[in-house]
Amino acid sequence: MTELLRTENLARHFKIGNALSRRTLYAVDDLNLSIGEREIVALVGESGSGKSTVARLLAKIYKPTSGEIYFQGRPLSQIRSRRDMLRYRGDVPMVFQDPFASINPVFRVSHGILRALKLHRPELSAAQRQAEAASVFETVGLTPAAEVLQRFPHELSGGQRQRVGFAQALALRPKLILADEPVSMLDVSIRIGLLNLMAKLRDEAGVSILYITHDIASARYVTDRVVVMYAGRIAEAGPVEEVLAAPQHPYTQLLLSAVPDPRAELNVGATTDRGEPPRVLDPAPGCRFRWRCPLATDECARVTPPLEELRPGQHAACHVAAAAAASGAEVRAF
Amino acid sequence: MAMLQAPEEPGGAGVTGEPGLPPAIAPITAGGLLASGGGISGARSLRRMARAITSNRKASAGALLLLLFIVIAAIPGVIAHDNPNAEVYPKLLGPSSSHWLGTTALGQDMFSQVIYGTRPVLLIAFGVGLGATIIAMLVGVAAAYLGGVYDGVLNVITDVLLVIPLLPLLIIIGSYLKGAGTAVMIIVITATGWSYTARQLRAQALSLRSRDYLEAARVRGERRLYIIVVEIIPTMTSLLVASFLTNALYAVLFSSSLQFLGLGDPNVTSWGTMLYWAEQAEAFQVAPLWIIVPGLCIVALGAAFALINYAFDEIGNPALRPVRSMRRSARVQRSR
Amino acid sequence: MSSVPGSESAGPAEGSGRLASRAGSPAAASFPPAGAAPVPDAAGQPVLAVRDLTVEYVMERGTVTAVDHVSFDLGPGEFLGVVGESGCGKSTLLFAIAQLLAPPAGIAGGSVAFRGTNMVGLTDKELAAIRWKDLSVVMQSAMNALNPVKSIGAQFSDVMRAHGVRSKQEIAARSAEVLRMVGIDPVHLGSYPHQLSGGMRQRSMIAMAMLFTPDLIIMDEPTSALDVVAQRSLMVQVKELQQQFGFAVIFVTHDMSLVRHFSERLLVMYAGQVAEVGETRRMFASPLHPYTAGLMEAFPSIRGPRVPLTGIPGSPPDLAQPQAGCWFAPRCTRVMPRCRTSQPDLYQVDGTLARCFLHQEEAPGGGRP
Repeated sequence: MTELLRTENLARHFKIGNALSRRTLYAVDDLNLSIGEREIVALVGESGSGKSTVARLLAKIYKPTSGEIYFQGRPLSQIRSRRDMLRYRGDVPMVFQDPFASINPVFRVSHGILRALKLHRPELSAAQRQAEAASVFETVGLTPAAEVLQRFPHELSGGQRQRVGFAQALALRPKLILADEPVSMLDVSIRIGLLNLMAKLRDEAGVSILYITHDIASARYVTDRVVVMYAGRIAEAGPVEEVLAAPQHPYTQLLLSAVPDPRAELNVGATTDRGEPPRVLDPAPGCRFRWRCPLATDECARVTPPLEELRPGQHAACHVAAAAAASGAEVRAF
Repeated sequence: MAMLQAPEEPGGAGVTGEPGLPPAIAPITAGGLLASGGGISGARSLRRMARAITSNRKASAGALLLLLFIVIAAIPGVIAHDNPNAEVYPKLLGPSSSHWLGTTALGQDMFSQVIYGTRPVLLIAFGVGLGATIIAMLVGVAAAYLGGVYDGVLNVITDVLLVIPLLPLLIIIGSYLKGAGTAVMIIVITATGWSYTARQLRAQALSLRSRDYLEAARVRGERRLYIIVVEIIPTMTSLLVASFLTNALYAVLFSSSLQFLGLGDPNVTSWGTMLYWAEQAEAFQVAPLWIIVPGLCIVALGAAFALINYAFDEIGNPALRPVRSMRRSARVQRSR
Repeated sequence: MSSVPGSESAGPAEGSGRLASRAGSPAAASFPPAGAAPVPDAAGQPVLAVRDLTVEYVMERGTVTAVDHVSFDLGPGEFLGVVGESGCGKSTLLFAIAQLLAPPAGIAGGSVAFRGTNMVGLTDKELAAIRWKDLSVVMQSAMNALNPVKSIGAQFSDVMRAHGVRSKQEIAARSAEVLRMVGIDPVHLGSYPHQLSGGMRQRSMIAMAMLFTPDLIIMDEPTSALDVVAQRSLMVQVKELQQQFGFAVIFVTHDMSLVRHFSERLLVMYAGQVAEVGETRRMFASPLHPYTAGLMEAFPSIRGPRVPLTGIPGSPPDLAQPQAGCWFAPRCTRVMPRCRTSQPDLYQVDGTLARCFLHQEEAPGGGRP
């Protein structure tokens, strides 16, 4: 699989507090992520895990505190000219979470996509832009395209607006779409439609997608690989079916056990866990999950576990799991 | 729910690696603005505003009043038959059928004076309203969106002007200019008065800054100036109109005050100068209409602007609206 | 709409004061309880009996019926899940039951009998006697319902004083007690809302709702802002409390998977009407209404084989444009010609009611749950 995007020890810290108590929030730390061509990678995490920050780092809304992002082999920090910047933005656009806030309400829905075409594909004439916009709308299922283009956002449903978001991204002929929780604000019955659209974009348009979500069930439905984040770091990563079948990291196990499944009985095993992901302020070394982990050892409190390959293609950052994998055993924390 | 609230990323060239563009005020052509392709829903905004005015009684009254004044200013010759400056009549006549308001101490027909005096006042009102709003808009919204150093500098400028009391400042400037005509009035009042609404617009722009569609525009690759002018400002139309009305109102009052104090151009016929001459002639004893009528006109025009503003308060702050219905437009009932 | 003389409910044992906790068995280890049908209390009366409740919004373009002749019963200690998507009227239904509607919305018909007394038409004063003591509400986004400048303890104390409890010791004791019930250390009585996490804030709202151990707690999507793990532990907590104290719960959500595990009965709403209502297990095993079936199919599973799903085509209808036939007809995979011309009633099949012509043959006319 050709590599499209890769991050190397990517980190983003925020300074919060006032002059009296200045602290640093480690939103993303030591992130090593890679996305290949024609694949959908899910970035799964709860709120506070840092996944939205990752999206914004990759979209060049934030600048990394340290580390580097490589796109098609070139580091992003070397992008200086407006032309290069525009090219990157055309290759890696973003789809936002809130269908009601992500489109400017005073313009028709054609506004965004026509502007995008004007900026990124200047070789097109005005008429060609209109035709291209209509064609992309058709691709994402907004028909009849010519009519929908003339509508205002408030005249469309949430699902349709999200499709407009995808259309705007698709019009740029991107290589990688950053989808930041694109379905979490939609009605349940409509989500599947959008998820199917994402799969279609991968298969037919050859676009890669980074699907950021907190819903691991939808991640499983549409993605090839999954990356689980916890407190700003990657806990586990690997092909989605394998991670779901044999989760290595205790947090992944907890997450999977907590997902309500309409077709199965509820796992009431870990109901004593009431913790929430921590805000990582000025952390000491050590695993950030140790307070909630029933298997935590002394080492977990002293040494931050590195992300290691424990099974073919499957990585996890856990001392206990690593030790178990070395001896061929399995650990189940939850 | 997000426990992690990433603090607002301060604007600035260094953040994104984009070459920092100074917010130069590039020539903004109407064509350029509207060439966004999607078509600004100007017509829709206008219709919404018109509806807001007509459905609000106070605003409707104000609008009618303003319309009346506009008509008077537009065709004074049709309404008043005498040359307002012709000092040909007997002085200080009382109201009669040939002089509806009588004559001034200089032998001018008072009615003509009032009628012809409408235009300069309205010109000043609209001129200042427009000018101050445009400056306030650019400064306030730029400060809010660009943040950081830009915000700091613009805020300092705004605050300094805000703190200086306006009328004394105008008096000082006016006395240096020795007789400010209409154009000068407009410039002076605009230059000193934009800071108040700049603050308001900045506050609103701040609240809009984190909207997703602005971030979407940025990720699309738009320049910051474009985002400010095309993406943010059209969403603030009702506040901009309210700002226009407020500035117009204060322009009427301030310019009339300056003219009354003798700092205006005494040869321009306007309500304020009428008051000046009336005061010189101690008109209150001999020809009270000379003071009362222009005074009432000033009040009426000011009230007209203030009344219309009620409608825009409601648009801007839906909580002030009387409990009415929700509005739903037809939705496209197709596609997934 | 006059108040029926309320029979004193001989429900779970009541202590001498409203604050005494009810005697009850410790939290049962297994749930959901096996197939519980509505169990009337000793007086044979359901806690809540909603009949033909209709709510209308008066709009510029006409009147929109947001809740259309909804009827159901709720027995003591029962957990009813109300499921639907945006615009189906479930939140409006909740507000109507709690008598919290404000113009332009208003109850246009029907009755809401709480322990025998019809609440529709009661004055504010009469409602105040019921509110919080017998019936309490946990809103969606409860974090915003907490006053940010007051500590949790102060807010609890406000509520109790508003309902007549004067003694400071009693207030302090009860506040600590309810916090412990929901698994929060009582030391947090002195905390401000922003100092608590999202899950804890939600729990403290539930604790607040439990201050007077009401007979019925209405919850409007209380977990929608929580993470999956916090969500599960909250639901488990609610179930434990319910089994301990015997209150009934109406739980409104859009998340079908959640109600599957925690509710005994399920009410699916569509376009302001009851689409299907019955026992949760039975409905999941064999959904009668095509919408219910579609909803269940719209949830991807993390277990079992990965199958392509289709969801439900189209989008929820615009209630301002009334339809001649069934509201769901435009999106229904099993639509018949008559579905477009006439509206189906609720038809009963083995204890489940479904508003669908597909089941009309099986039982003549509608029934009541």
